[in-house]
Amino acid sequence: MTLNWYVFPEPSGSFATAAANCSKASNGAYQIKINFLSNSSDQQRISLVRRLAAGDSSIDILAMDVDWTAEFADAKWIRPWTGANAAAVSQGVLPGPLKTATWDGKLYAAPLNSNTELLWYRKDLVPNPPKTWNEMIDDAIKLAKEGKPHYIEEQGAKYEGLTVWFNSLVNSAGGQILSPTNKILVDHTSARAAAIMRRLADSPAADPGLNVAMEGTSETAWEHGDVAFQINYPFVWSAAKADSPSVFKQMGYAPFPSVIPGTAPRVSIGGYNLGVSTHSPHPQLAFQAVRCLVQPVNQRRAAIKGGLAPVLGSIYDEPSFAKAYPFHALIKAQLEHYGLRPQTPAYADVSLAIQDTLSPTSSIDPSTVVSTLRNEIKNALSSKALL
Amino acid sequence: MTSSTVTAPGTTSAKPRRVHLSDRARAERNLGFMLVAPALIVMIAVTAYPLISTIVLSLQRADLRFPDANKFIGLSNYGAVLSAPVWWQVVWHTVIITVVSVSIEFVLGMALALAMHRVIFARGTLRAIALVPYAIVAVVAAYSWNYAWSLTSGWIPHLLGLTSDPLSHPFGSYVAIIITEVWKNTPFMALLLLAGLALVPDELLEAAKVDGATAWQRFIRITVPLMKPAILVALLFRTLDAFRIFDTIYIFNQGANGTESISMLNYTTLLDRLNLGLGSAVSVLLFVFVGIIAFVFIKGFGAGSGPIGESS
Repeated sequence: MTLNWYVFPEPSGSFATAAANCSKASNGAYQIKINFLSNSSDQQRISLVRRLAAGDSSIDILAMDVDWTAEFADAKWIRPWTGANAAAVSQGVLPGPLKTATWDGKLYAAPLNSNTELLWYRKDLVPNPPKTWNEMIDDAIKLAKEGKPHYIEEQGAKYEGLTVWFNSLVNSAGGQILSPTNKILVDHTSARAAAIMRRLADSPAADPGLNVAMEGTSETAWEHGDVAFQINYPFVWSAAKADSPSVFKQMGYAPFPSVIPGTAPRVSIGGYNLGVSTHSPHPQLAFQAVRCLVQPVNQRRAAIKGGLAPVLGSIYDEPSFAKAYPFHALIKAQLEHYGLRPQTPAYADVSLAIQDTLSPTSSIDPSTVVSTLRNEIKNALSSKALL
Repeated sequence: MTSSTVTAPGTTSAKPRRVHLSDRARAERNLGFMLVAPALIVMIAVTAYPLISTIVLSLQRADLRFPDANKFIGLSNYGAVLSAPVWWQVVWHTVIITVVSVSIEFVLGMALALAMHRVIFARGTLRAIALVPYAIVAVVAAYSWNYAWSLTSGWIPHLLGLTSDPLSHPFGSYVAIIITEVWKNTPFMALLLLAGLALVPDELLEAAKVDGATAWQRFIRITVPLMKPAILVALLFRTLDAFRIFDTIYIFNQGANGTESISMLNYTTLLDRLNLGLGSAVSVLLFVFVGIIAFVFIKGFGAGSGPIGESS
């Protein structure tokens, strides 16, 4: 029996190995066939939902970005996990990643890998990494005055990365954008978050390309050497190691900066979960296959070979993993004390509303942002208005 | 035309009237219908069906994410679109890009067409070279220009000595997008205008020269009026095309910095938000705009008459 697994193109081959090993271990019960989707998460979603909405039975297992769960579950495109299957894939999973796979009190997917942004800084320019956003901007302004590399790389382009940034700041300020029942909770914490974004955009610390910066462009700029601080995912570590040894030698890492001094940040969780399609003709086999794909041995391989952060807490304490992932303790801490993007079936609309309100960051008006955002998100949730 | 008993198929423009047809005429008419039937069926399948289906969808609340909520809601989607400030913003963005880029393309295209028309040697090679930008895949062209404008890796900011990113604010984004469009589409404009230039008889130009007309006078008084049908067709094609601009904007910034076009909004609504009802309403409105533009060109300026594009 062939099971089709649709997933983002994992370059290290770890997923291919996992699929082959699981197929072999099933003793011929199933054969997992990998179908790679596009690189961009938006494109992956578009490819998948078109097929799912049309009732395509050729998708059995799908890798879903963590913020699609509510949408896919409410549209009845994926099957809920229950009983032994649910217990097997949630056992030992860190609380943040597990939460992203849960909607309306039910588990809808098996966490596959996680992700969280850290602060990367230049040890030769910054002796002590800043603890808060305001400290970081102050440090950068000071470096600018001294004529040294001083940019702060953040993802300010109008895309999901902007929502991730804003949500991390709001959560770190102690607030939320939406409640689990989809009540709008935008308040002064959003204003505080927006004010930080505006402060960065207006300061000499901002890369001139802030309004078009995405994860990849931030990373390229970092390797260029004009950057003192970078907020980005751990892929930048191995990328800098491979592409720019001189910058890599001075590369330090620290927790994502706080918004409230002395209070740990809550950083928006990224990563992927595995769902089983409603239209799969072999759902029980698909559940079994997913249980195999997320086993510790496969997560460990994807982490060490492919740099994907595991969702199982125990892996973080293993010596081989700690060696490949020197910042493992920071990641684990941020996945335990986490931030979560709004969980809503209209997530695509809500994220678009946030991006519309906050892009470009240099035109944010912190005094009106709360009312604008409330209004835009209200429209987004109704899914009846143009955005 | 007065209808006679025998009418060859395809030549009559009169309304069908109840007249006695001979057996032969009837057979010929039936044959005619049968011959056009395959084309007609294909046209209905690929054009009429999607069009009608889109119009029907636009009258419904139809969202792929909320299949249970589907229902007929009349013109509410149109109300939602037309009352949204973002709709009028994107219309305005689209008009700016269309008017500016088509105007520049027209001027440059005319110059290119005149040059290609007058060139004596290597005519075929030069025309082929001029067409290269048009032959490049739109997305590839947009990517190349996007990299060219990038502050860190592009040659344009370097050449102009810019210190801030031109693509991070609206003015720079518009300039970059319009230049990309102009670069890509001027050859097409030039090619259509070149066809028009071929219609201008040399004798007329020579006669005017003998009468003492300057080169500019000859161009304005003789060449342009004689080319008018070709000019209008070229402008019509490019305007319709430019009004639906999507790929360049999508590659550059996905509609950030106030560059979102109607097609970009349409894409986001349909494919990102999966709101088929609302998105279809946007599609139909875009179709109406395109229809109005075509109507104004054809009826207002007479683009459909004359030697090129003979229609009515």
